[in-house]
Amino acid sequence: MNKSLLSKAITNPLTKAGFIIIVAIFLLAMLAPIIAPFDPDDINVKSILIAPSAQHWMGTDGLGRDVLSRMLYGGRISLLVGLVAVGIATIIGIILGAIAGYYRGWVDTVIMRLVDVMLSIPSFFLILAVIAFLTPSIYNVMIVIGLTSWMGVTRLVRAEFLSLSGREFVLASRTLGAKDARLIFTHLLPNSLTPIIVSSVLGVAGAVLLESGLSFLGLGVQAPQASWGNILTDGKDYIQFAWWLSLFPGLAILLTVLGYNLLGEGLRDALDPRSGSSK
Amino acid sequence: MLSYIIKRTLWMIPLLIGISLISFFIMHLAPGDITNNEASFNPKTSAESRQKLRELYNLDKPVIVQYGLWMRRMVTLDFGNSFASHRKPVFWQVKDKDGNVTNGMIQEALPITLLINIIGLVITLALAIPIGIIAARKNMRWQDQSITLFNFIGFSIPGFWLSLLLMYWLGVANDWLPISGIHSLNYDSLSTFGKMKDLMSHLFMPVIIPSVTGLASITLFVKSGMLEVLHQDYITTARAKGLSEHKVVYTHALRNALLPLITIVGLSIPGLIGGSVISEQIFAIPGMGKLFYGAVMARDFPVVMGILSIGSVLTLIGNLIADIAYAWADPRVRRGVVKQ
Repeated sequence: MNKSLLSKAITNPLTKAGFIIIVAIFLLAMLAPIIAPFDPDDINVKSILIAPSAQHWMGTDGLGRDVLSRMLYGGRISLLVGLVAVGIATIIGIILGAIAGYYRGWVDTVIMRLVDVMLSIPSFFLILAVIAFLTPSIYNVMIVIGLTSWMGVTRLVRAEFLSLSGREFVLASRTLGAKDARLIFTHLLPNSLTPIIVSSVLGVAGAVLLESGLSFLGLGVQAPQASWGNILTDGKDYIQFAWWLSLFPGLAILLTVLGYNLLGEGLRDALDPRSGSSK
Repeated sequence: MLSYIIKRTLWMIPLLIGISLISFFIMHLAPGDITNNEASFNPKTSAESRQKLRELYNLDKPVIVQYGLWMRRMVTLDFGNSFASHRKPVFWQVKDKDGNVTNGMIQEALPITLLINIIGLVITLALAIPIGIIAARKNMRWQDQSITLFNFIGFSIPGFWLSLLLMYWLGVANDWLPISGIHSLNYDSLSTFGKMKDLMSHLFMPVIIPSVTGLASITLFVKSGMLEVLHQDYITTARAKGLSEHKVVYTHALRNALLPLITIVGLSIPGLIGGSVISEQIFAIPGMGKLFYGAVMARDFPVVMGILSIGSVLTLIGNLIADIAYAWADPRVRRGVVKQ
């Protein structure tokens, strides 16, 4: 990302808020081993379902584990799943979109039809079906979310390549005898990078939400490993007498997704002032 | 118009073939084959039914033959019997010896999910269009900014969390609304009016929550469509000839601003169908989503594949209807002047 785009975007107070939220949540998750007051997996029968207090800021869960510590470690998992899943989707999207946009012809047709097909299968059904045939685990969740969300990036990269390849600097380079690989990697791709990054930031928001939903259904990150989604699942059984178990993980998901959305939309606006805040 | 409809319908064939390929690929993802012990945790799967399934999906034949036969299954919508209930997953009504009719599983679940989603969509549109218009007319003022903030929260709030909180507040803490199922226990003894009221109180939360969280994206579309239209020349002309602002916005601008909404609603169908999994699970609504989730958890593959295929076909049909509606609403597309 070029620096001027971020600094331009950050003049908007909402974008600045998004940026601060994301940085803060990343810092908290990365520092989890240092700042977590307890071992997140430490079961303690003497301290079951304690309400938030000076010792346990976010209370304890049904097995006496400290919720704050689990939230911090769970944050690492949720953030990691979001980043890796979007990373996979972006790489697939760049490769397919570049091929379709650069070579055109029948390759383009085949790739774009594949995009149409993938978009007509309800993605949540697709993800659940794949996980049903494999086994639920953090790795499968990242891979499956990645493999089912590359279509937007593909369309984006293809469109960028199509519009860029008619521009003078590309034609000039081609006339000078530049090979395909050189054209793609030194001219087309670097110039398409900014919109790709913007769409990836928004993609992470969707992936974090998706992971929490899958973990909530018990098909994502598996216990005892904590993720915000499965802390919430554990919490829903105690909702009548332990509100803190349901409140904090939901708020954490909301804040994270909100942060990514604010940042992504701000970057998009800075990139293309015409787009308004349309999504 | 007719040639457009025919062309657009034929266009679905390559997509259907693609869907059959992807679902075939997914079936072969499982380690070993899908009847493998590792894959089927389902205790109800006997060795016998596993053998039956192997024959059903022709797993002893070469891959290309398997695919051909899988295509035939998809075309005839026959995915085999469910492991768990031994019923057909799709539309087949089965009559047993005593004349009792058993409905197909999707046949029972689909109308419930469709009902919830259609009511939800109507509510979303009814709220999103006026809100979007306000946001566009008061662009950059406090009304627009508070709508924008609300939209960001709508985009970001996990629907299942909102459902849990509301379920606790409205159903558990206060006992204002029922929290699960679609009927009360005494449903059969109620009057027709009582039945309606009972159904509505059960559907209230499952319908309202997705409508509210889905409001954000539609509102944004209405707003940006409206802003774009309001800057066009014909609107300036309408204002210049002295039409009232009300007339300019509602009779001249609104129609054109709402056109793209048809496509957006069409494109949101897979999300609505897929999104029903979590909310139906939370509120114990016996629709497609809950059926699918149960099948996934039980590794009930005939039902999983059946719902995956039906869900995709529904999406295609939804997009088809949206495209035809768009062509019908936009004379430029209808007369073939502009390609959509």
